[in-house]
Amino acid sequence: MALNLKVTEKQNFISNMNFKRNIVFVLFTLFSLVSFASHDTIYHENVAIEAHSSEVSHEQKFDAGEMIIHHITDAHEIHFFTLNEGTENETHYSIYLPVIIKDETGFKCFSASHFYHNKKNVEVNGKHQHYYEHDGYILQGEKIYKAEGVEGIAFNAEGKVTNTSVLDLSPTKSVVGMFITIAILLLLFGGAARKYKKNPNMAPNGVQGLLEPLILFIRDEVVIPAIGPKHAHRFMPFLLTTFFFIWIANILGMIPFIGGFNIMGTLGVTIVLATIVFIITIVNGKGYYWTHILWPHGVPLPIKFILVPIEIIGLFMKPLVLMIRLTANMTAGHIIFLALTALIFIFGATSEGAGYGVGIGSVAFMVFMYFIELLVAFLQAYVFTLLAASYFGSALEEPHH
Amino acid sequence: MLSAGLGTILWTTIAFLIVLMLLKKMAWAPILKSLKDREDFISDSLKSAESANAQLSQLKADNEKLLAEARVEREKMLKEAKEIGDDIVAKARKSAVEEEQRIMNKAKQDIENEKTAAIAELKKQVVSLSIQMAETVLKKEFENKDQQMKLVEENLKSASLN
Repeated sequence: MALNLKVTEKQNFISNMNFKRNIVFVLFTLFSLVSFASHDTIYHENVAIEAHSSEVSHEQKFDAGEMIIHHITDAHEIHFFTLNEGTENETHYSIYLPVIIKDETGFKCFSASHFYHNKKNVEVNGKHQHYYEHDGYILQGEKIYKAEGVEGIAFNAEGKVTNTSVLDLSPTKSVVGMFITIAILLLLFGGAARKYKKNPNMAPNGVQGLLEPLILFIRDEVVIPAIGPKHAHRFMPFLLTTFFFIWIANILGMIPFIGGFNIMGTLGVTIVLATIVFIITIVNGKGYYWTHILWPHGVPLPIKFILVPIEIIGLFMKPLVLMIRLTANMTAGHIIFLALTALIFIFGATSEGAGYGVGIGSVAFMVFMYFIELLVAFLQAYVFTLLAASYFGSALEEPHH
Repeated sequence: MLSAGLGTILWTTIAFLIVLMLLKKMAWAPILKSLKDREDFISDSLKSAESANAQLSQLKADNEKLLAEARVEREKMLKEAKEIGDDIVAKARKSAVEEEQRIMNKAKQDIENEKTAAIAELKKQVVSLSIQMAETVLKKEFENKDQQMKLVEENLKSASLN
């Protein structure tokens, strides 16, 4: 009996190992997609440095606004750090992601290192601008355009690029961050689910102990009060996935040295979440919900003409606000950190002492902000889930007489 | 900066739907089910514990009742046994007394009989002694007949035999 027990334990352990190996394999596959880009990096390193060094003559003034925008914008590379910046030996340590674009000639796929190692500087309206060029394509402000004319790039009076843009289907930094988030989710909850299957009716331990209070919190404090016990179970998988997806993505964005992910600050990500919320609300809308919007009872006719358009706008506004709130909150958090960092360099440019002085204050404030952001990371995931649940709840509401 | 790239939207849609399906199947379904099962199990256990408790206290009450009955029964039995014992002792004493009485009576009877027999014997001996004396006297009388006769008569007068 004891021997049997040991054998099954061992099998469980092995299957456990297999699962972990699978996840590692998935991660590995994911990164092998990326790694060919980094191989290219090494290959092109010399060329790149040459290209850079030829441009070094430009005296680059520190521009806090540009630095911040650059860091919170989704990118085609995961940039870790740069050594010897502004000197001849400037070296970027990045993972260059694959670029997938489609234009009338069809799909094109190449490493983003081709772009990032071919930097061009131009002066537009007396302001320095840089862009990257490769194989008839232009990368400016992380957007890809077709190269046109002799210069390759053209700007209008407002300093905006006038080139025709191409369809960019690249897995960008936020997409990679999202895949990492998914891997963490699968690892965490796959492990927890196996524990639940293995020890039914037992007190939670290990990873269960971490996740169970959160799952119960979402179920008992968010979903059931908002939707009601009758329909709650139908929406649990989506709402739980959304909550943990947003939360872990937000946490991932707070870890330093891994490229500064800003997943939920990327509009392309939150727009999808908001759209799914919108679709679920529309699909589940019952008669009472629609009459409430399109022909509210007990309202005088003239008021109806005002109320109904407002309600219809509200229908779209709700998920829109959901999207903007999440994006803005997460981006704002990143901007605060970057602004505090920029402050050091702005003062450092005037005098070294001022730089150190401000640095101490900035760091202290950043530590404080880190705690706030840890809370915000959770809070935004919670708010998104809570509001999504309340939208579903109102769609399912039944008339109470 | 805040523009939604079509590529990001596409990738996010694919990724999110895949993770939703995967988690629904391999995580949420079993986790939520086992949470529900555990809650049911706990509430069932509490309920059954409560009923077991009630049963136990019922059993305890029954036991006490049984114990009390047993105590009464025991007392009754002890009392009966004592009575029986007393009865037996009393009977034994009574029969012993009777036996004693009987033996005594018999002894008395025997003594009486013996006494009667002894008296009879004595009488017989007295008679035979008298006869011997009479014989002797008679023998003497035969020598002096008148005198002898006189003597007998006097003897007989003085001797009162009953």
